[in-house]
Amino acid sequence: MKFLYALMLSLLVYQARADIEYRDFKQPEQEQAYQTLISELRCLVCQNQTIADSNADLAKDLRRQVYEMLQQGKSRQDIVDFMTDRYGDFVMYKPALSLKTLLLWLGPVLFLVIGLATVWVLRSKPTGTEEALSKEQQAKLDSILDKGDDA
Amino acid sequence: MKYLLPLFLFIALAVFLAIGLNLNPREIPSPLIDKPAPAFNLPILATPEQRLSQADLKGKVWLLNVWASWCVSCREEHPLLIELAKQNKALLVGLNYKDEIQAANGWLSKHGNPYNVSVMDADGRTGIDYGVYGVPETFVIDKRGVVRYKHTGPVQPGDLEKIFLPWIQQLEAESA
Repeated sequence: MKFLYALMLSLLVYQARADIEYRDFKQPEQEQAYQTLISELRCLVCQNQTIADSNADLAKDLRRQVYEMLQQGKSRQDIVDFMTDRYGDFVMYKPALSLKTLLLWLGPVLFLVIGLATVWVLRSKPTGTEEALSKEQQAKLDSILDKGDDA
Repeated sequence: MKYLLPLFLFIALAVFLAIGLNLNPREIPSPLIDKPAPAFNLPILATPEQRLSQADLKGKVWLLNVWASWCVSCREEHPLLIELAKQNKALLVGLNYKDEIQAANGWLSKHGNPYNVSVMDADGRTGIDYGVYGVPETFVIDKRGVVRYKHTGPVQPGDLEKIFLPWIQQLEAESA
């Protein structure tokens, strides 16, 4: 039973990451750049995965593309440009701040401000409802309160 | 008035969520629209010793349809492509994406060949250049070689009349 449990767990762990191809890098920085890039690029087929996490054919092709471009001495920005030229900002898990993605970045702050403003408006003292009671009303109130005391 | 504010906020939120739910997350806008069609120079499926490049198609309105024999939804749109080919309104170029030559040719002889010509993108590099992420996809390209429209997923019944024929008509009217 314990063995079965361990087996299932190891299967889950195995599933969590795509089989990453063996890649030969000359410098450790290049390997670092590769790992960073493939975990920042979105797999267009399975959209909630990065190309590092996905086993889709397209993800494999894009990993190959990133590797080859790094081998050719291309910079990180070259590769990001290559991808966004073809797939748009969507290919980046963290899209660059631009006019088009402004709402995406500022949206949460915007909603927070709207929320806080709403709370502030609703909590601010209502106007015009705190008129003094007329003499008649005051007398009535007093008599009700007196009666309450007596009881 | 202030008691209506939450109601308005609720309506606004509901509208946003409704729009969000009805968006198609598979539909990724192509950054290629209004840009020159990416270059390719690929072997022709029927005659692999010959090659075709996008430059050969200058001056013509053409459709690039990405297909493969392993692609299930390609079968769905296939009759519509045949119908389009019959009308002979625009060049239909097939990009045979990551396929085996025999499987691809077998598929065409079994289901019929709507393409004026198909080229082989065996390793999918041209596909990457065109931002292909889900076969089938169809690009409409004008006489100057500029991508004007991209259709992701299979061509559906009605799409020819509503989308493709109007595009072809408009682009045919433009000067090269």
